[in-house]
Amino acid sequence: MSQIQLYFTPDHEWIRVEGGIGTVGVSDHAQQALGDVVFVELPALGQSLRKGGDAAVVESVKAASEVYSPVSGEVVAVNQAIVDQPGLVNQAAEGDAWFFRVALTEPTELDGLMAPEAYQTFLRGLG
Amino acid sequence: MRYLPLTAADRQAMLNAIGVASVDDLYEDVPLAARRDGLVDLPTGSDEMAVEQYLAALAGKNQTAERAPLFIGAGAYRHHVPAAVDALIQRGEFLTSYTPYQPEVTQGTLQVLFEFQTQVALLTGMEVANASLYDGATATAEAAAMAVRVTRRGKVLISGGVHPHYREVTETTLQFAGPAIECLAPDPLGLEDLLGRLTDDLACVIVQNPSFFGRLADFTLLAQNCHALGILLVVAVAEPLSLGLVTPPGAMGADIVVAEGQSIGNSLNFGGPGLGLFATREKYLRQMPGRLAGETVDVDGRRGWVLTLSTREQHIRREKATSNICTNSGLCALAFSIHLTLLGETGLTTLAEINHAKAVRLADRLATVKGVRLLCDSFFNEFVIDLGSVPADRVVEDLVARGILAGVPVSRFYPSFPELRPLLLLAATETNDDDEIDRLVAALAEVL
Repeated sequence: MSQIQLYFTPDHEWIRVEGGIGTVGVSDHAQQALGDVVFVELPALGQSLRKGGDAAVVESVKAASEVYSPVSGEVVAVNQAIVDQPGLVNQAAEGDAWFFRVALTEPTELDGLMAPEAYQTFLRGLG
Repeated sequence: MRYLPLTAADRQAMLNAIGVASVDDLYEDVPLAARRDGLVDLPTGSDEMAVEQYLAALAGKNQTAERAPLFIGAGAYRHHVPAAVDALIQRGEFLTSYTPYQPEVTQGTLQVLFEFQTQVALLTGMEVANASLYDGATATAEAAAMAVRVTRRGKVLISGGVHPHYREVTETTLQFAGPAIECLAPDPLGLEDLLGRLTDDLACVIVQNPSFFGRLADFTLLAQNCHALGILLVVAVAEPLSLGLVTPPGAMGADIVVAEGQSIGNSLNFGGPGLGLFATREKYLRQMPGRLAGETVDVDGRRGWVLTLSTREQHIRREKATSNICTNSGLCALAFSIHLTLLGETGLTTLAEINHAKAVRLADRLATVKGVRLLCDSFFNEFVIDLGSVPADRVVEDLVARGILAGVPVSRFYPSFPELRPLLLLAATETNDDDEIDRLVAALAEVL
């Protein structure tokens, strides 16, 4: 049985990795900062992503923001549910409202990301 | 207060900074033979009335579209604009108003844009329209860029029936943006095989109806074939008055409709400003470029209007915006809207019928002239005639000498296609009376 690992980025994405597949979304802090999410644009299936590159767009009543890929890899799934119902991002940012799944090509990239506790510390630092 | 752009000391400081001795040195790349020493030989001065009379006499030598029998179309059309249009757009509330960023003080402007969008959507048979772009050509370029965004594909196919200016502006606008653009050869006969060229790596196919050569087509089958391959169909319209009679692109299955709106409410204006119309399907709303006015309610539940979906635009989304367009042609859009409102649905159809009838009369009369052949009998208010072995540019010059602006030689737009030299593009509108048509036909018979 493979181990599940959860990481965060300084740009407020999270990635949950299991068996070489990473599920990516935005953090609860990000959805709060954005306000009511009204539109989500997801990457194409099979699209090749690189760490830190544009992967998706999340638009709220206040702003449109890019979602960057925390790792390099190929998109293997996208969450149509948040396209149909963008408000899910506000309700379950770190759960059902994941954005896309990516097959990791450079698993060592995870080493540069923050564990959940480190991310909480990071958020406190943003004050 | 006088406006003093710079002093001699400022000028000297700037020259020192860039390291040249004098302003003249800045012109060193201009060949000496092309430079003039001193002033042009102008008279020392005259009183205002004398200058006005002199200039009026010079202007009187122009053969203007207002006065001459005019059969020039090719993307800009002479129509009667009711006096009420000019009177209303010159009201200060409209004429000098700025971008309606503050809805609380700009409800009038916003409502106008909202009504305009509604009219454009109805006219084109589409679900949503923006508050206008610059002209038909830039709107076409924006449509191609939007199709690339929507489909995430990198190829654009442009029909040979699309206005050559629209094609050129699209190529120029997108030349560094990535997509490969394939342009088909000019197609006056409507023979090109678009269906056979559809591949699943195309973002969009751009066609025009009526075509640049006046030809009307039904793009329903093309739309179905495009959609089967995930390709968007963009339909351009250079003469929107045609939509009073012709099936709108939306009903044929177009995904994006762009148009030049000049012919409704706007004069020829020596070629500009134009008015870009842009409409699409609601599912592509967030990929649509340009400004958008939306209807809403205020805190007391009263109907009102705001600019909406601004997060797509560059003042918020910066370099990730849908487009660099950050304005609209507000006054031209207002003129369009007022004229269309004055016409109403019935008036629009009637005016379109009159235009078509004039063009049919013109075509029938021209067909009686020896050496003239009508290229296509499915047109709205514009068509091409073939003059056989006679170059159309020569005929047009001969007719200008007789005070008639006879149309546009097709070769003017396609200088590298000698086989198009005998083709002459003519338009007729409600402004061409039967006497003008008779004069043209008689003069043409003389010069051929």
